[in-house]
Amino acid sequence: MTDRKHRILAVSSSGGHWKQLMLLSDAFEGSEVWFACTDARQGIRYELANFVAIEDYSQDEPLKMLKGLYGTFRILRRIRPDVVLSTGAAPGLLCLLWGRVFGARTIWVDSIANSEGLSLSGRLAQRIAHLVLTQWEHLATETGAQYRGSII
Amino acid sequence: MIFLTLGTQLPFDRLVRALDEVSTSLSEPVFGQIGHAKYRPGNFESVKFLSPQEFDAHCTAARVIVGHAGIGTILTGMELHKPVVLMARQAALGEHRNNHQLATVAQLSRISGIHVVDDAKSLREALADPELAPITMESSPARDQLVASLRQEITGHAY
Repeated sequence: MTDRKHRILAVSSSGGHWKQLMLLSDAFEGSEVWFACTDARQGIRYELANFVAIEDYSQDEPLKMLKGLYGTFRILRRIRPDVVLSTGAAPGLLCLLWGRVFGARTIWVDSIANSEGLSLSGRLAQRIAHLVLTQWEHLATETGAQYRGSII
Repeated sequence: MIFLTLGTQLPFDRLVRALDEVSTSLSEPVFGQIGHAKYRPGNFESVKFLSPQEFDAHCTAARVIVGHAGIGTILTGMELHKPVVLMARQAALGEHRNNHQLATVAQLSRISGIHVVDDAKSLREALADPELAPITMESSPARDQLVASLRQEITGHAY
């Protein structure tokens, strides 16, 4: 057991996913946190010390996802986080996958935008992540995801 | 100033067209970030995309933010305490892959300061109101709960 801080990789796509990740960033206090976003400019905007830009793609783009699989592998191999947390979407999911492979604890927080059901990424995350959270109380029983609060 | 923002992934011509129609009757300027919209507004200035800094500046300067029911738009309005006027994208009209924005709007319309519209008429009514209410939710017990739970998940496990 070492006394180094927990290292977290917090990853999301740009836009709403990223805003939600930023709203949750108080949860990373006291840990060494690395942020990854599909919008390279967000690192400067939020003055993040540890930031990596990642490629953007959706589940509709299998070729790009395949490339993303390699990109996220390299990031995970380099950072070697203890915890990987994502608010979405596809690139975050791939980071969780590699996080799992590398032995990290993996957490998916499904976007508040999904009030009808888990997102497709969220449903896939249920096969990968240690913990999958929904931000809608009524979805917790339906989907098997847990509800532990929401950003609004 | 009325600021229209449409996210960066899919076009949403219905809203651009509605605002174009309404803007001639407004006494203030309209500016739009319209993304991949095919419809080009004739009555107000627009660009495809803004940088994050330009985007922030426009949101800050705006009296009202108009957008699709994307969570990014709602959170921006929340941060800046602006009134937010939303139109939901509908899958049946080819505006999104699914109808999740309709569900989002149904639940979020209960929050004061979120004004849901579905056509040019209701959009005009919202924008004509000089005292359209801003979003007031500053802190959130539900967010504190989620953050505390995640912190415990992150630090509370042995590695």
